[in-house]
Amino acid sequence: MKSDFRARNHPAYWAFLAHRVSGVLLSLFLPLHFWALGRALQGEAGLDAFLRWSEQPLVKFAETVLVLLLAAHLTGGLRLLALEFLAWRDWQKGLLAAAAGLTLVAGLLFLLNV
Amino acid sequence: MSTLSVSVWRGTESGRFQEFTVPRLASQTVLDVVTYIQRTLDPTLAYRYACRVGMCGSCAMTVNGRARWTCRTHVDNVAQGERLEIAPLRNLPVVRDLVTDMTPFFDKWAGARGRFQGGATRKDDFARVAPGSPARQLADAGIECIGCGACYSSCDVVAWNPAYLGPAALNRAWTLVNDVRDTGNRARLAAVAGDAGCHACHTHMSCSERCPKQISPTASIAGLKRATMEAALKGEI
Ligand code: SF4
Ligand code: SF4
Ligand code: FES
Repeated sequence: MKSDFRARNHPAYWAFLAHRVSGVLLSLFLPLHFWALGRALQGEAGLDAFLRWSEQPLVKFAETVLVLLLAAHLTGGLRLLALEFLAWRDWQKGLLAAAAGLTLVAGLLFLLNV
Repeated sequence: MSTLSVSVWRGTESGRFQEFTVPRLASQTVLDVVTYIQRTLDPTLAYRYACRVGMCGSCAMTVNGRARWTCRTHVDNVAQGERLEIAPLRNLPVVRDLVTDMTPFFDKWAGARGRFQGGATRKDDFARVAPGSPARQLADAGIECIGCGACYSSCDVVAWNPAYLGPAALNRAWTLVNDVRDTGNRARLAAVAGDAGCHACHTHMSCSERCPKQISPTASIAGLKRATMEAALKGEI
């Protein structure tokens, strides 16, 4: 018999899920990223048009989500590295909170700068 | 008298939950509830326990979806609206009702070379291991395992890869890696470095979350990851 969600409902499992899901979503975004960079190679006009398009509020919102995903994936990765390479026992929940906090800070900074 | 509604798994892998009503008592444990059912309501119920004081590791079951040692789990702490759901441990074959076959679990302890291998004879003096030495402290952190299987039952990687040695066997291997008297570490590290060994762990920490002895197999497995990497770099395994 297999476990259901009740066995998995704890902070470290949520951290694993956030790291995995942000990784998958970021890899889905990559083709779009390269496409935008490719426009720059084809000349200024194309890129400018794209940049103007990216000023729309909805696109800005999507970019904020993107920054959040990046920050979540980065801090999640740092958390994993710390767990695998440092001697830890009792502070792993603190590490998790730090990862979540840094992610939010990155998202807010981006929002303030736009 | 207040009562508790209890759903208990009956059958083997295929089966169903059966409903029982059990008197609610002060300081009642989940094992008390199962014992009441077996002694008073249905003597055919199969379950397992021995010590009743959290030492033998034989009474673990899945209580409201989570693996627990039932003899030391108070109903007060786990009942949800005076309801309990009691099922056998996950990730192990079900013999009948609440009894699982622990054979794969303990076979993996052997697979992880979980047996102490000494190099001294009876003519040698006692080994003196300073309690404060770093290796001893690392071994101490994992040594209180009672072999209950709660960690194994909660681990997703065990469910995904039936060959995975699992948290308890790897934790045992790590305590021996840190036992300065043990002489079998080269073979042990080789045994835990494979596809089904420490590097398969995804650091979900469900094992550490559920261990009733507050052991962190995840930390032990991280230690094995570093030790096997170091041994591989030195060309020892
Ligand atoms: S930390 Fe590793 S051993 Fe523990 S539950 Fe997660 S995958 Fe399994
Ligand atoms: S590590 Fe903890 S949960 Fe796993 S078998 Fe040992 S005592 Fe039980
Ligand atoms: S009966 Fe021995 S640990 Fe619960």
